[in-house]
Amino acid sequence: MFNLSLQQLGAALRSKKISSTELTQLYLDRIATLNPALNAYISVNKDISLTQARTADARLAAGQAQALTGIPIAQKDIFCARGWPTTCGSRMLENFIAPYDAHVIEQFNAVGAVNLGKTNMDEFAMGSSNETSYFGAVKNPWDQKTVPGGSSGGSSVAVAARLCAAATGTDTGGSIRQPAALCGISGIKPTYGVVSRYGMIAFASSLDQAGPMARSAEDLALLLNVMAGFDPRDSTSLQREKEDYTRDLNLPLKGLRIGLPQEFFAEGLSEDVAQAVTAALTEYKKLGATVVDITLPNTRLSIPVYYVLAPAEASSNLSRFDGVRYGYRAPEYTDLADMYQKSRAQGFGTEVKRRIMIGTYVLSHGYYDAYYLQAQKIRRLIAQDFVEAFKQCDVIMGPTSPTTAFDLGAKGSDPVQMYLSDIYTIAVNLAGLPGMSIPCGMGSNNMPVGLQIIGNYFEEARMLNVAHQYQCASDWHARAPHDIKL
Amino acid sequence: MSLSIEDVYKVAHLARLAVTEQEAHTAHSQLTNIFGLIAEMQAVDTRGIAPMSHAQDLSQRLREDIVTESNQRELFQSLAPHHDGTPQVEAGLYLVPQVIE
Repeated sequence: MFNLSLQQLGAALRSKKISSTELTQLYLDRIATLNPALNAYISVNKDISLTQARTADARLAAGQAQALTGIPIAQKDIFCARGWPTTCGSRMLENFIAPYDAHVIEQFNAVGAVNLGKTNMDEFAMGSSNETSYFGAVKNPWDQKTVPGGSSGGSSVAVAARLCAAATGTDTGGSIRQPAALCGISGIKPTYGVVSRYGMIAFASSLDQAGPMARSAEDLALLLNVMAGFDPRDSTSLQREKEDYTRDLNLPLKGLRIGLPQEFFAEGLSEDVAQAVTAALTEYKKLGATVVDITLPNTRLSIPVYYVLAPAEASSNLSRFDGVRYGYRAPEYTDLADMYQKSRAQGFGTEVKRRIMIGTYVLSHGYYDAYYLQAQKIRRLIAQDFVEAFKQCDVIMGPTSPTTAFDLGAKGSDPVQMYLSDIYTIAVNLAGLPGMSIPCGMGSNNMPVGLQIIGNYFEEARMLNVAHQYQCASDWHARAPHDIKL
Repeated sequence: MSLSIEDVYKVAHLARLAVTEQEAHTAHSQLTNIFGLIAEMQAVDTRGIAPMSHAQDLSQRLREDIVTESNQRELFQSLAPHHDGTPQVEAGLYLVPQVIE
């Protein structure tokens, strides 16, 4: 049951082989057994989940089911879901019960999917290892002494350990793709503006984008069909025709031009990751694709640019947390200013405070031009690199992350080392392009390796086709962590 | 451009973050490393390049100036920070320390 695709699960539900209530209970039992060790979920509420499941069962019985009706989905704890604790991995929101639904949650509710729980994440999505969560680190089910990646580490582990049928994530600098790579699952960050950010707690608004995380590209396509769509409440939501992301899954890849950026295979890439990616490219050639060498000359600059722009936006977004209307308030203070300072100092964790300080500094008087404006100009250069590259190829491929999962605590004391682990994913957010990661092999430590696929704007259906054809010809995506019983 | 310890205190104040002396010193060394990473940007010639603030070059959408939200004051105020088990609100207002004598 836990290895069925979403399509198979949907068919089982519609043909009454299993009810949504039974399926939801199976997952809840599994979470109760495995979550204490893995810490993938911050909150589970069996009453709400089972109520939703019963509603889905009524809908199934009435013959009004859609593709995902009755299927239990884990939601990253960054999405407001009415009646659910919505913490964003922070002490600041430890007791916050969302009073409304994010657009993404509304979309899943509308098709009758079951919310199985809220998944752990780096605090305010700031991190690449899920170690900055106020609710504790998440363990990678392939080797519990390693990190799952971040910031959508809880969702990634929930999918990898079969603690949900599928999950949602958000990606500001790689937060869907990098944990997907490190946990051996598939994930896609759509083109900026395809999924509404309404009700998704903001980190860096010009970069944040939600997307699905699942066990296959085929599942991702079904999930994206639900998540994508215009929403007037997000001023950057794009007004486009509704797409069926499954439409091209079965197209052959003959003639596909794959661009390989030389910068993604340079110094810093570990040998085992390079080997797995190269093997995947060999497979793609067998499927009829050709490989073109391309260059993204400003890749290296994407890290400094990101670590100016994202903290700048974050420092502004997080100024709303003042201990007055919602969130944490310090128990003792002398006056209003002291209340703000103590509430924020105690409510935010170290990494969040660090980024607020970077952002405040680069936006402060006298430094704006040298940092913020300069970063925005280089952001355009980075985006133009991709425009040039896509003149020569249909998709770009390379590693998602320079290494497989690293040990818990290994990069804890040096933020710069942690920031460098996002070298291959960040430029995609800066340009606003869609990017995905799919499993493509195992590294020397027997940990999963992710293949990154970058598409041109609005080419999600094609990328999913490219990923699906590989998954039809290989079985890396079907492997499950060995010490997790199915 | 190097960051001084005074800069750290100034930024913490601007960001309304209380910092202890030890936190300020740790932040100082870590921020110095991070700005070392960021410094790589400074050498890039960006004359004539328009800043890119957004992935899609779109203009802001406008809507009719009409009320779209319903009044949920009680629900929202129930989320106010609690003290001794009760939300810090009174008569529909949020309670904060006295600002004006």
